[in-house]
Amino acid sequence: MIEFTVNGRPMQVDAEADTPLLWVLRDHLDLKGTKFGCGAGLCGACTVHLNGEPVRGCQTQVGDVAGATVTTIEGVDGKVAAAVRQAWVELQVPQCGYCQSGQIMSATALLAGTPKPGDADIDGAMWGNVCRCATYARIRGAIHRAAEIMEG
Amino acid sequence: MLHYLEQPLRLAAATAMSDTSRRSFLKATGGIGVGLVIGFAVPGLAGPARAATGAGAGGALTPFVRIAPDGTVTVISKHLDKGQGTATGLATLVAEELDAKIESVRVEFAPANAELYKNLLFGVQGTGGSTAMANSFQQYRTAGAAARAMLRQAAATAWGVPVDEVKAADGMLSHASGKSAGYGEMAAAASALSPPEAPALKQPSEWRYIGKSFPRVDVPMKTQGATGAFGLDVDIPGRIVAVLARAPKFGATVKSVKAEAAKAVRDVIDVRPSPAGVIVFAKSTWPAIKARDLLEIEWDYSSAETRGTAELLAEYRDLAGKPGPVARDADADAALAGAKHVVELEYSFPYLAHAPMETLDVTIRFDGAKATIWTGSQLQTVDQMVAGAVLGVGPQDIAIETSWAGGSFGRRAVPNSDYIAEACIVAKVWGQPDPVKVIWTREDDLRGGYYRPMYVHRVRAGVGADGRIVGWMHRVVGQSIFTGTAFEKFVVHNGIDHASVEGAVDTPYSIPGMRVELHTPKVGVPVLWWRSVGHTHTAYVMETMMDALASASGQDPVAFRLAHLDGDARKAGVLRLAAEKAGWGSPLPAGRSRGIAVHKSFSSYVAEVAEVSIGDGGAVKVERVVAAVDCGVPINPDNIRAQIEGGIGYGLGAILRNAITLTDGVVDQSNFDTYESLRIDDMPTVEVHIVPSTEAPTGVGEPGTPPIGPAVANAVFAAKGSMPVNLPFTTEGHA
Repeated sequence: MIEFTVNGRPMQVDAEADTPLLWVLRDHLDLKGTKFGCGAGLCGACTVHLNGEPVRGCQTQVGDVAGATVTTIEGVDGKVAAAVRQAWVELQVPQCGYCQSGQIMSATALLAGTPKPGDADIDGAMWGNVCRCATYARIRGAIHRAAEIMEG
Repeated sequence: MLHYLEQPLRLAAATAMSDTSRRSFLKATGGIGVGLVIGFAVPGLAGPARAATGAGAGGALTPFVRIAPDGTVTVISKHLDKGQGTATGLATLVAEELDAKIESVRVEFAPANAELYKNLLFGVQGTGGSTAMANSFQQYRTAGAAARAMLRQAAATAWGVPVDEVKAADGMLSHASGKSAGYGEMAAAASALSPPEAPALKQPSEWRYIGKSFPRVDVPMKTQGATGAFGLDVDIPGRIVAVLARAPKFGATVKSVKAEAAKAVRDVIDVRPSPAGVIVFAKSTWPAIKARDLLEIEWDYSSAETRGTAELLAEYRDLAGKPGPVARDADADAALAGAKHVVELEYSFPYLAHAPMETLDVTIRFDGAKATIWTGSQLQTVDQMVAGAVLGVGPQDIAIETSWAGGSFGRRAVPNSDYIAEACIVAKVWGQPDPVKVIWTREDDLRGGYYRPMYVHRVRAGVGADGRIVGWMHRVVGQSIFTGTAFEKFVVHNGIDHASVEGAVDTPYSIPGMRVELHTPKVGVPVLWWRSVGHTHTAYVMETMMDALASASGQDPVAFRLAHLDGDARKAGVLRLAAEKAGWGSPLPAGRSRGIAVHKSFSSYVAEVAEVSIGDGGAVKVERVVAAVDCGVPINPDNIRAQIEGGIGYGLGAILRNAITLTDGVVDQSNFDTYESLRIDDMPTVEVHIVPSTEAPTGVGEPGTPPIGPAVANAVFAAKGSMPVNLPFTTEGHA
């Protein structure tokens, strides 16, 4: 059994230690908000927060998260996440929406550390998140908008 | 995609026609399939409302609208929404005529049922060719108006007042006597009534939602994880997971398998060979993926395609030098004899994968007699027929539960339903009534075929002393998308697959002496439509040739195009608008250049001006794009902007860096490291200007894509003096 905390709740998982956190979340814990896109750390669809830092769920083995705190799109909340979601709705960012869980997790992590990001900060933090619908211009705009909302 | 089936019926379905004109119209289009004609009698509101009986059904008012006792309005979408906003578009049309409140509207996908839910332009239930709004504009507004009339009648009966004294607005029914009720309270009674055949529709001046950017119904849930929305999120209790090892070369089959190591992986249930490849069955996803990598498979390549891109390209270039079947006839050589300036260019376009963010997935449960399929189905009733055939049951025994789809760009609409058929094979091999979830990894997706075909174009065109084009010799080489499919008879005539040459043979430019020939080589690589189909390559060639010819004859690219567009006011209109908004002709900062392109596809017109900077290493960065679009009545302006933005990004990623190549028949790319997607720092700022219009609405999912490649190429041409002709740009060091 591997024990860790997901979205504030202690969890026990019976899985091989090399199982990617992504599949543990989806198949063992029924948290389907974290998406599979590439399985190789190249698209960011599976981004979650591990002890507050964004990581790719497909490249994080569950054996390595014992005792850690994991936050997924289902559990991310607080002022920053609320601002991000509000901005995402205001700017009508999603199209197919499949990558947006990962986009929102990356954007939330960015804004938590850099409340007023410039375009270069956004490129740096969001480069790893692919959107095949190419909603990038709206993602950029929504991050700037979320920063405004956070300032209140 | 299937827009070929639409041409004769497009106008008819998008606009109300009298019976007489419709009859004569149908007579004139007698060559169209019977299913289309039968299907044409439009809305089908009197049809059985069995589909609209989901959970919490209050009242089914037509097969397209259901209203729950609490007033929630559920719009039944016959179309898949794969990101293009279709569900919201249909909800807008119903809400408009129903006078529903925005917050009360939700959308549910229809089951597979051709009678009720066919695309009126296809005759089968399906989404594509940017037809969703065009074929639904009348039907869904009528459904909303019918539901409103039924609610008013129910209230009139309940209150004992004349129906014309009952008002309906914002989800409420009311009468001057003070009586009032929410729509939900009258829904059950209303659903017992017969829908009126031809309820009056609002005048455009009365619209409050159409044209006003109705908020997308799916955006809130897509910021919360969209849990359960996509096919990959479907988890039927008791399901097992299947992952396949498919042949490394197209057409190869399994000779032998060593599976001991794979079977030893914890939670792997079984490994079985099949005509679709070697199937790993496991209790969950990761063990299946892990075990697949441990399989030792010997393949039989005797029937496989073993050529690589280099060999294919050499064959295509050779064919481009030889006469071929004629798609548009003229004596181009004679016409070109009178040219003062002649330009000759040869282009090559690679295979392209669609690479939607959500890879393919299908959950199927088959008990030997009936099956249920859960997936983001894009051609529901075709998938139903194929599944029935593979499983040895009738199409009526196949239920399809359509999920939201994490992108498609064409990949989920397949004439032979390849991934559905494969899932059926998996279910048969499994042989038990457990639900089986077939999951494709990204490697499976990129190596799985069904690509935009490779093409070579060779064009020689010339301009006369008067500055006008005098002749155009154009040869296209590439596989046929439609040959061998059930749609072949509609699209392929005398050896010409129209999808290979659309956008060139039917160019609105007035070009005398234009000849187009097409070679259609047979290659064992499965091909498919890809966002905007033939326009992906023809627009590039037509629009870069226009710039090359303008340059050779010393003319401005915009003026040169306008001079050849005298018969097409809408195309000229978007060209002028984009040029004006982009400041065409005004000075640019140092290091920047501009290019323009305009193209009509799927009955919509889009012009784009790309502003480009070129880095020290020659790498192209697109800084800004100004687009103008004319898609008839703009039902949802913000969604139109979003689709043009997305269409630009999708096309830009492909022309900069994307190619599927083969070596000895094996695909060289495997994931987003070798098939590099557009990323946030590649995305230009995009301004979209929409032409106000009262024309029938046309699509926006695809038309934004064709102009971006040539607009960027023309900007590179303006800066460097050489036209990028071998795609992607990385081939020639432009990216």
